[in-house]
Amino acid sequence: MSGFFNPFLIQSAIQAMTPILLAALAGVLCARVGIFNMALEGQMLIGCFFAVVGSYFSGSALGGVGAAMLATTLFTLPLAFGATKLRGDAVPICIAMNLLASGLTSYLLPVIFGVSGTFSDPRVVALGKIRPLWLHQIPVLGTLVWGQTAVTYLSWGLVAVVAFLLFRMPVGLRLRGVGEQPDAAETLGISVHRYRIATVLLSSTLLGLSGAQLSLGTVSVFSENMSSGRGWIALVAVMLGRTHPAYAGLACVLFGFADAVSLRLQAKGLPNQLTDIAPYVVTLVALAISYQKRPRRKGDTAIDLAASTAADDILLETTTDTRL
Amino acid sequence: MKNDAVATPSVMRRWRLPPVAVAILGGVLVGGAILVLTGADPFATYRAMIAGALWPANLPDTLNWAVPVIGMTLVAALPLRAGLLNLGGDGQMIIGAMVAALVPLYCPGPAVVVVPLTMLLAMTASGLYAMLAAWGEISRGIPMLISSLLLGYPAAGLTSYLVTFPLRDTSTGLAQTRMIPPGMRLPVLAGPLNIGVLLIALVAVIAIYVDRQTVAGYEVRMRGLNARFAAYGGIDLDRQAYRIMFASGAIAGLVGTIIVLGSYFRFINYALLAQGYGPTGFMAALLSGGELVGAVIAGLFFAALQIGGVAMQRETEVPRVLTMVLQAMIILFLALRTGLRKTAP
Repeated sequence: MSGFFNPFLIQSAIQAMTPILLAALAGVLCARVGIFNMALEGQMLIGCFFAVVGSYFSGSALGGVGAAMLATTLFTLPLAFGATKLRGDAVPICIAMNLLASGLTSYLLPVIFGVSGTFSDPRVVALGKIRPLWLHQIPVLGTLVWGQTAVTYLSWGLVAVVAFLLFRMPVGLRLRGVGEQPDAAETLGISVHRYRIATVLLSSTLLGLSGAQLSLGTVSVFSENMSSGRGWIALVAVMLGRTHPAYAGLACVLFGFADAVSLRLQAKGLPNQLTDIAPYVVTLVALAISYQKRPRRKGDTAIDLAASTAADDILLETTTDTRL
Repeated sequence: MKNDAVATPSVMRRWRLPPVAVAILGGVLVGGAILVLTGADPFATYRAMIAGALWPANLPDTLNWAVPVIGMTLVAALPLRAGLLNLGGDGQMIIGAMVAALVPLYCPGPAVVVVPLTMLLAMTASGLYAMLAAWGEISRGIPMLISSLLLGYPAAGLTSYLVTFPLRDTSTGLAQTRMIPPGMRLPVLAGPLNIGVLLIALVAVIAIYVDRQTVAGYEVRMRGLNARFAAYGGIDLDRQAYRIMFASGAIAGLVGTIIVLGSYFRFINYALLAQGYGPTGFMAALLSGGELVGAVIAGLFFAALQIGGVAMQRETEVPRVLTMVLQAMIILFLALRTGLRKTAP
């Protein structure tokens, strides 16, 4: 096992972490305004696909990132307006969005590129690795964090930005108010719908970044359903982090390591079918350990409440139907 | 005369149909827009799809495809009826499928004994796996929609490992188990249809009967309407959740068994997951709002849509995954539409 924990492990953990971290930040923002965003998985997949599309047709990675952010924003419109102004139920909307993302990308892949399954092409420009010399010269840390994409460094900055925005800025207070006490916020003249719509749409650009990092960050390739559960893991990170950006970020570090270790074990000869499940098992175990008995009573997070009442809402439709 | 108006289907359908019809129309329109944008002829495409689904010669295929779809619809609809979300149907299905592929191979005996035993074991295994998600919610407080979904990944990885390495049929180049002996396969009724269609029909009838006519079914509905009230009325919610999830998982296991013993005759790596039975079933259940008769109809509808999609791909070269887009759009419209209705009571 010597040399198991080497700089490469950390670098690959960082690489694995970035898409999840960006998605988790979006999840944190949505949860804070009281929207249980289960569509992270689908949003990320749309981001992956349109990053490749944008990169291919514009010939630049930046074009890919821009296309991904635009596409995820458009894709998120049904959630932003559906769960607010139209008073729809976020859970079925999100479930439908995830399946729509899966179907739409699998449909557009052969239509646009004439291949199915996986698409890679030299014309898809990958995100460049940033290798500033000054960073490399910092002992230990320099080697560990050196040579990542700009999106990765941006994602670390965004943790601080989101935390600052939520807890140190007036707008953050309003956002949290909208999530915790929408009625009170409304009384104070804050438009709950407007804040929710803006938050959901702005956070969706993070998923554009996340998807771009996933498809253009390491190898420039798109394959069907390549997000493969990362959006759900991000959602778990939000839950484990109790909707705090920093704690959610820490949970992402854990998942990044789980991913890197699974890759490493695979390199050591373990079958990939077994190593692939490591992140999910770690996720489930982390949830089981961290979630003590019945946390969802008083003073719990919006996300727990949303999750536990989610199905009730679907059923309420049935109730209102019959009583009309 | 039944005293609970909640389950009376005529009342339900009268109020349910318009939003569903609007949602389907919306899905079809958006699908048409996507076709136009991607350079296909929407009319020709839809014509090929409808002809493929309704062409009499294809009806047995549609019915055969509907067997797992309706099965997975029930898997999602039973918990939904009680206000629980089981998003892990696919994972539970492949656990059952794996068991079903192994028991006939390694447990010799007369088919009359082995086949029912296989079903029983597969259903038990899947049911227990589904209960794991219920355990997560009850004893650890993990929302079930998260745990059931995440549990699908280890199930997929584990079965994939088993079929790639220790249990692989080394005489073929593919990751699959050895072929199940002919005597252990499900009897064929006619054409592509095997006895599985009767089994799923039986399960649907039992589920609907339990839902409508028994105390347990009433308690499930009551929980769905108001869990707190149900608990106040003396229902042990935890116990009930375990039971519902076991039943849901067991049906998923039966679906896996029917596919393995009736169509593939072996466990083929990822073959079951690639069909999207679980997501389709979940969407059909959402389309019906958990109401079981509606769920069966919705399952049939989506199965017809997908068989139509196969014909469409053959005739027009439009990828058949378009049907997945249509299904998702229909559910999306429904979710938005039911929302709209709420604003104007």
